[in-house]
Amino acid sequence: MAVKVIIPTPLRPYAGKQESVELQATTVGEALSGLTRQFEALRKHLYNDDGRLRSFVNVYVNDEDIRYLEKDQTRLREGDTISIVPSIAGGAPSHSPRGGSI
Amino acid sequence: MSAPPLKIREDLVSKIQAHGGETYPHECCGALLGRDGGGLREVLGLLPLSNRRDDSPRNRFEVTPEDVRLAEKEARGREWELVGWYHSHPDAPARPSEYDREHAWPWYSYVIVSIEKGTARDMTSWRLQDDRAAYDSEPVEIVRSSASISSD
Ligand SMILES: [Zn+2]
Repeated sequence: MAVKVIIPTPLRPYAGKQESVELQATTVGEALSGLTRQFEALRKHLYNDDGRLRSFVNVYVNDEDIRYLEKDQTRLREGDTISIVPSIAGGAPSHSPRGGSI
Repeated sequence: MSAPPLKIREDLVSKIQAHGGETYPHECCGALLGRDGGGLREVLGLLPLSNRRDDSPRNRFEVTPEDVRLAEKEARGREWELVGWYHSHPDAPARPSEYDREHAWPWYSYVIVSIEKGTARDMTSWRLQDDRAAYDSEPVEIVRSSASISSD
């Protein structure tokens, strides 16, 4: 299937400055691995060291969050649009007496 | 490679500081809207947002993908870009935490304002390095409001 992946602004420098990339894939997982094969520098921003999508990376197929579909097994149809949408998180150093992250 | 400065008008700095004071002792957060290009990045407007981390709002903030899309739409509507994010560190220094780094996106400017006992102190800005290993400090250039740098 020919599908389109929309690249969010912060990742465009790692994807040849393109707003979107067209590629062939039958599932979301295939599309994302095709994308990171083509643009290796994207990988560490999308996946953690265990090879799982980072928690703040959200993936939609035609505006449906893949977490509520079949995740990376979600099947694609010709002309589908996959969007990578950031969520933003952070915070102050933890003052917890039990330690936590600083 | 050191980043070029982030330009921001002083009235917008005051708004960020006020937002941090209002939500103290909880963290505030919001979007930085403006222009980027030609080695220059300037903040021309803000979109204050609600902190979605109800469970730990004193040392965490979160912006949902829906709010990110809202911020992008708001920026596009003014022919600007979503260039970054601000958040407060209540009673903590204006430096990114390890948690900030783990959750950061590259390219965006991350402005942090320290709020000490309800009063705004330092404000800094940071950009994540390409390899995600650390943040680079991004110098902040505060522009006087009267010397308006935009038509808006
Ligand atoms: Zn922080």
